[in-house]
Amino acid sequence: MARLTIDRAQKRFGSYLALDHVSIDVEDGEFLAVLGPSGCGKTTLLRQIAGFDKLDGGAIRIGERLVSSAETHIPPEHRKLGIVFQSYALWPHMTVAENVAYGLTVAGVRDPERARRVAAALDLVGLNGFAERRPGLLSGGQRQRVALARCLVTEPSLVLLDEPLANLDVHLRAAMEDEFARFHERTGTTMVYITHDQAEAMALADRIAVMDRGRLLQLATPSLLYREPANATVAGFIGEGMVLPATVLSAPQAGRCRVKVLGLEAVVRCRPDQPVTDGAKLCLRARDIGLAATGQDGLAAAVERLSYQGGHFRLEARPACAGDTLLHLDANEPAPAAPGDTVRIAIHDGWVIPDAGALREVA
Amino acid sequence: MSLADTATLRTRVEETGLLWGLVGLVALLSLLPIGRLVVEGLAPGGQLSATALGKVLASPTTWTATWNSLVTAVSGTVLAVLVGGSVALLATLTDIRARNAFTFCFVLPLMIAPQVTALAWLQLFGPSSTLLKLIGLAPPLGSRNPLYSREGIVLLLGLQYAPLIFLTLRAGLRALPKELIEAGLAAGAHPLTVLRTVVLPLMTPPLVAGIALCFVSCLGNFGIPAFLGIPGNFIVLPTLIYQRLAGLGPGVLSEVAILSLLIGIIAMAGILLQDVMMRRRDFRITTTSSAARPFELGRWRRPVEILLWSFAILVLALPFLGLLTTSLIPAFGVPLNAATATLGNYAYVLIEHAASRRAFVNSFLMSAGAALLIVLICVPLGYFIVWKRSRALRLLNLAAELPYAMPGVVLAIAAILLFLKPLPVLNVSLYNTVWIIVFAYLARFLVLGLRPVVSGYLQIDRTLEEAAQVAGAGLPRRLVTIIFPLVAPAAVAGALLIFLTAFNELTVSALLWSSGAETLGVVVFSFEQGGDSTYASALATITVLVTVGLMLSTTLFAQRLPQGVLPWRD
Repeated sequence: MARLTIDRAQKRFGSYLALDHVSIDVEDGEFLAVLGPSGCGKTTLLRQIAGFDKLDGGAIRIGERLVSSAETHIPPEHRKLGIVFQSYALWPHMTVAENVAYGLTVAGVRDPERARRVAAALDLVGLNGFAERRPGLLSGGQRQRVALARCLVTEPSLVLLDEPLANLDVHLRAAMEDEFARFHERTGTTMVYITHDQAEAMALADRIAVMDRGRLLQLATPSLLYREPANATVAGFIGEGMVLPATVLSAPQAGRCRVKVLGLEAVVRCRPDQPVTDGAKLCLRARDIGLAATGQDGLAAAVERLSYQGGHFRLEARPACAGDTLLHLDANEPAPAAPGDTVRIAIHDGWVIPDAGALREVA
Repeated sequence: MSLADTATLRTRVEETGLLWGLVGLVALLSLLPIGRLVVEGLAPGGQLSATALGKVLASPTTWTATWNSLVTAVSGTVLAVLVGGSVALLATLTDIRARNAFTFCFVLPLMIAPQVTALAWLQLFGPSSTLLKLIGLAPPLGSRNPLYSREGIVLLLGLQYAPLIFLTLRAGLRALPKELIEAGLAAGAHPLTVLRTVVLPLMTPPLVAGIALCFVSCLGNFGIPAFLGIPGNFIVLPTLIYQRLAGLGPGVLSEVAILSLLIGIIAMAGILLQDVMMRRRDFRITTTSSAARPFELGRWRRPVEILLWSFAILVLALPFLGLLTTSLIPAFGVPLNAATATLGNYAYVLIEHAASRRAFVNSFLMSAGAALLIVLICVPLGYFIVWKRSRALRLLNLAAELPYAMPGVVLAIAAILLFLKPLPVLNVSLYNTVWIIVFAYLARFLVLGLRPVVSGYLQIDRTLEEAAQVAGAGLPRRLVTIIFPLVAPAAVAGALLIFLTAFNELTVSALLWSSGAETLGVVVFSFEQGGDSTYASALATITVLVTVGLMLSTTLFAQRLPQGVLPWRD
């Protein structure tokens, strides 16, 4: 087991900064997800940790060992880590058992020890009986399991997973998600899991690092990430948050303050050091707002679209006072309104996004 | 900690060592011979002098041969474009049946040695044609074989290299998005109008590339003008070089070096002209999509099929039949019938004749050895070129093309210049041994092996290698256990191309052979020059059968090949 320390990592491709001073500390045995849209730099980061590319600045340490910096570069074959590739990367000219045994053979482990460990690894992923098959004859889920067995058979201290579920169909994903979680529990290995799927990241990770355009936006537990996004990008990316301009009217009290948003006053969550300002940004989730009860203060809005989500409706409405904003909220059956109707929307909760200067430290 | 550092150091030493070893090897095979030749042209015998240059340039023979070379190369290319171009359009764009079989037959002449093609056509015509005698159509004795002429050379060059145009054009047509054709048709244009205004203009780049390749091949061809031109005293540059060197020995080396530079310069001019033409207009195709649906020929389908196949039979089956019939008669001029037919010629060339027996062994071992060595060079070479994107090697990738783009005599003369004196330090002489031929094969055919391997690498998911790297395998181990098995089909295809080309080759070995180091091409050539057409035909028939057999054997692993690495496979 080992901790992974990424310290102000920098990588350039020509004039493009693919990694811009990214710092992440992964604790020993932690399951970290790196989340972001395609092109955000998460794959670049994985290739730096693995050692496939050279770093332009900063440093990466596995355990106490410096593996990457502008001057030092330990090649991947000497980093003693495991990777599960998105494409699985199973060698088509070898059987399942030969695929799994490869790392042991390279490390000089010989039969019967090698055969015993291969059998144990295949047993662990539920593939005993498949040892002599060729990877080409396996289903997607089975290939994924072989890749996992191959990666874990050498007991690496750090395992990198590069969108391992992206090529599987939906119901198989859920099963493999469970598999990864159990694995992590059983082996206690430090895992770095690259994904663009936030549901996957939320379900599996101890902490999530959100990246965009080569920068680390926020590093926090899934629940903190959802409840208290550090900036507007994270707020919008995670959980479809709506980001609205707001005025903070009162100093925080017990983690809450009074704000004015879209002409409506509401009490929302905020940081204890949130200053009173008229340039704040408010993050609202669908469940933070709802249709106003009779007599309650509300925001007049025109319903634009109503879509049935199974059990409830997703309602999209445009406030009368802000024509370029579209709010979405959930409403129970039966349908409370029809497109074109005017409804009144109440704000129950929300989060004042800390201003940009403070957000780096939130991690 | 220090243990890890030594391991890292070892990895680095292994990788850079391998890289620079390859750089050195490719430079040795491609840059050194051409460089040596240029030096000889400027400073014959090591001293800066213009005497040899003046002597060569003042000789009228030089200019007659140059003119003849240009005329036959240009006319041969024109013929190849007409034949190969129209066949490519018909066979690719229309709905004719049995396309694969036709492609195989049409491309076959390219894989058969030019001297064998020449020999076969010679047996077909002329007063002694066994085949014409068989059907009573032979011209009267004493009349001249019409192929011993400039026109004969042009005809055979055109037919030999029409497949080159066919292949480049077909590859271009396949990459043409169907929308471009369909948009033209939807606009109300007749298919022929679409062909003239859309398809042909967009086919300019492959056509120009094919023309350049064809021109260089015609210019450097030795087998056809040697068989058809020397008897009629119609001399081109490659045959002039051969005659000078064979008649006067290494003493005229400086002069022939200048002659071969002259061919090299003409070849380069052809390639540069292609480059200039390509830059004048924008031919980029912006969309990508599936290949065009073939035009339906309707009631014209059968006539077109009959036309194509009769052409294939005419240029393929008839000459081979001429070769076969000649190989079965006891002596040249004897008519073939049940009483005269004999396998004696085959027995003679396979068993009795020592040089011919040796040639089989030599050609087989040298071609197989060259193919094997080139594959062993190309697999790591392709790795650095494609995956490591090594800049030094990408430049050398271009350099590797040079010995193949240059006419074969140029490389042969360069090899003689390099090895005439014993190797320094080792004090071993390669001259007059098989090794000088092996060196020339390695240099000349390196690119034939490299191209399929590079396209093989481009189609392999690199994470397969990265997975092995993460598992702790160093580069040598990855090359052996992961990379080589993955590129093996492409490498085998390349090896086969090299083997077939080298096995049938004459241009290089005609200048480099020595007693004991004969090749099949050389023996066929000397049989024919000595008037032993029956032996030459028997030997040539055997090489054709071996070639076709090996080509057909590729169907066994064709499924695992990247598309387009074997010219005769669709």
